[in-house]
Formats: sequence, C-alpha cells, structure tokens
Amino acid sequence: MIYEGKQKIWSEYQKEIPDDHYFYVRSCIRQSFFPASEAAFLDITRNKLGKDIFETEHHTTCGGIAYHSDAIPQETVMTIIARQFALMAKYGYVNYVCSCITSFGLYCETLETWREFPELQEKIAETLWKTCRLDFAKPKYIVHASDLIYHYRNQIAALAKHKLINVHTGEPLRVVEHIGCHYSKMFPSKGVGGAEYPYVLAGMVEACGGTVVDYPERRHCCGFGFRQYFIKANRGYSLSNTYKKFESMEPYHPDFIVTNCPGCPYFMDRWQYVIAEETGKTYGEGSHGIPVLTYEEMMGLVLGYDPWDLGLQTHQVGAEPLLDKMGIQYDPEKKYLGAKGQDIGRPACPSCIK
Amino acid sequence: MVNFGFGLLASSRINLDLFDKEKFDSLATEEPDVRKCIACGSCTAVCTAGKFTPTSLRAAIEELQNGRDEVAMNMLKGCQLCGKCTMVCPRGINTRHLILSIAKIYSNKK
Repeated sequence: MIYEGKQKIWSEYQKEIPDDHYFYVRSCIRQSFFPASEAAFLDITRNKLGKDIFETEHHTTCGGIAYHSDAIPQETVMTIIARQFALMAKYGYVNYVCSCITSFGLYCETLETWREFPELQEKIAETLWKTCRLDFAKPKYIVHASDLIYHYRNQIAALAKHKLINVHTGEPLRVVEHIGCHYSKMFPSKGVGGAEYPYVLAGMVEACGGTVVDYPERRHCCGFGFRQYFIKANRGYSLSNTYKKFESMEPYHPDFIVTNCPGCPYFMDRWQYVIAEETGKTYGEGSHGIPVLTYEEMMGLVLGYDPWDLGLQTHQVGAEPLLDKMGIQYDPEKKYLGAKGQDIGRPACPSCIK
Repeated sequence: MVNFGFGLLASSRINLDLFDKEKFDSLATEEPDVRKCIACGSCTAVCTAGKFTPTSLRAAIEELQNGRDEVAMNMLKGCQLCGKCTMVCPRGINTRHLILSIAKIYSNKK
C-alpha cells in the first residue's frame, strides 16, 4: 500500500462543517461509560476556543438503542428525533451536533428517509404537533462532535501542552484510530473521509504529533453490535470481534487506541479484561492492556487537563503507561478521589491485566 | 479464570484473501443470476429432496461464495431437478439451470 496515496484520497472526502453556533445533544450512555468526555468537549469548545455550543436539559435520547433492538418502530424513533430538531429550531439554531455515533447514524438515516418519502415526513410532522405541540424543523447542517473537534484540530494543537510524542524517545506515539460503524459505513458521504478512508480521528492524531497505525482489521467493527451484546448468549460474538481486532493490531505495538463512538471504547476497553481472564493474554507492554481513549479524553490530555478530571480512572485498562510516555504529571493518590475530594471506592484488582 | 457465561467462539470464517475465487467467478460469468440470490430460503423450503437429505440451494450458494466447494456439492447431490425451486424464487432465478451449471463447473469430472 502506498500510504501517501491513501492520504491523498482522504483529502478528497471532506464534508462541510460550520465553524460556530451549534445545538448540542448528549449521548444517553457516554456519561456512564466515560463520565468526563462530554464535559471536556463543552469545556474545550466553549472555554478554550470560545465557540457557541448550546444545550438544553429538555432533549432526550434519540431512541437509537430501542430502535436497533427492535423495541420501538421507526416512526416512533423518527418522532423522537423530530422533537430534538424542533427544540434546536425553538432555540434559534440551524447547526446540530451530537455526541453519539449511533445517534449520528440515525439522524442521517431519518433525514434520508424523509427526503425519499416526503409523505412520511408530513406524517411525522403531524405526530410531532399532536404529541408535543412543536413545529417541525430540520437542521441545515448535522455533524458529529468528533467532526467538530476535527475541524478545530489545528487550533487545539496550537494550544497543546503535551504532544502525542513519546517524551523518552522523541518518537511519535503509535495510535490505533477506530471509527464507529454508524459514523460513515451507513452514509459514507456524511463522514469526513467516507467509509473507506475516514480521516476524522487520523486528522486529530496527526495534528497533535502522533502517527496512525494501519493494520489489517482497522475497519472491522469493535464488536458491540446491539444484538450481539444485549443477549448474554450472543456476547461471545461481540468478544470474538474485539479479539480479532486486537490480534490484528498486536504486531504494530500501538501506544493507545482512540475512538469516536460510545460503544467502541467501552467494549475495546472492557473486553481486554475478559480476554485476559479467559486466555491469559494481554496486548500492552508488561501485562498492561492497550489504553482506550475517547477523542475528547485524548484532546483533553493534549490540552493539559488532569487525567483524573478526565475520568481516566473509570477505564478498565490503566492509562498510566500512556501518561508516562506523554510526560504528563499525575498524582496516583488522587486517582480514586471524586470531584470534591471524597473517596469513590477502588475496583477489585484483576488477576491477569494491569 | 472467571466464568462469564460466554466466551471466545471458534471461528469458521473464511479468509477471503486465501481462497481461490476463480471457479465462482466463472460460475457468475455463465450464470450471472447467482449474484441475485438474496438467500431467502424459498428454494430450500419447497425442496422435496431437502426433506430427506441435506439438500439446500441457499446454503450451497453461500458455501460456494465462501470457497467450500466440496460441502456445496454434497448439498446438491440429492437434487432431482424437479424445478419447484425455480417456480418459487422471488428473484426469478432459473435455479434448475443454475444447479446444472454448478455441477458442470465444480464437478471434478472433465
């Protein structure tokens, strides 16, 4: 493969990302999985870059989990989404940014469905008025939060306190970037770089001094897949998917993994523990796993946020080896202290993975 | 070791980089309809031979796509060419002719 050629293809797949004034909607699961990621996004965009990112407590889940689990029909999920868009219009915004990849895919799917079936759009508008007394509206631009961080990557890199460089060797950190399937595999034109060459995370990594690892199963699903996971008997499929990816990336010795989906970092992080318990195998150096970060956590570290304020203590795989490589100072004693200095409890120590 | 109630699965996946697709490509050249199959299983549902032997055109096409020629041929050897599958195929595939072409291309007899 000619890597420069691949980079050239990436540069041709761009989407329009407005610079400012967004209506922000959160993910329903990310705040449990990665409690500081969304707060870091808002702090970086609002306070570090001075952007207008508005959110309201009145927005809800997009309904994606219920929809993909066949618990609710498409028209129900469309009405939920229509309500979110109506809230955006009510507060005077036309640009919509969402935190979740599942939501992003579902918003794209809904807008495409309405475009193709205008009579369905009309029906949903009517249902929205009957149920919520809100006027139907559609966003002018819809982006994922990682698109926005990608858009601001050079501004963030200019403010960087730590680069993605191994301070001991001076070499760029080797980063596995993993894109959520619903980001661009469903609607390639909606993602930066399309389905084959998504550049959204690679662009962030390169702007911050890191290098991206290109490995055979790079575009493989993380293994979450709603149906694989929700039914316990099927979880072996989810686990096997993740295992396949780790086996594929292992020879390239990545320093960490960065993702832009709620499910991917969770599963790639937690399944490392399960794989270690079942097979005794770990993929990082010295019985460590490979740390898995969200893009907000990665950019937070680059901007000099305290790792524990970013919630890295809630990860299964400890981030300390990565912090050491980046030369980030941290206090191990404060790892399990909450925002007000209270003890948040310590997890049981796994037998096979650090 | 912790018993999670689930575990890694023994994979039966095919490495698509390793198996030779030449035969399937020549089948698709002769019978382009093979690519139309949506694996609905209507053919299998009406198959008389399938009630008594492991005959399934749907499964056989999947096996051919995965390079498992021998398994596919074993699945089709019970076929009596009655043509009921042709009558029910929602994609309008001439399944009877397709089976004959598979036999011609994948048979070891020259």
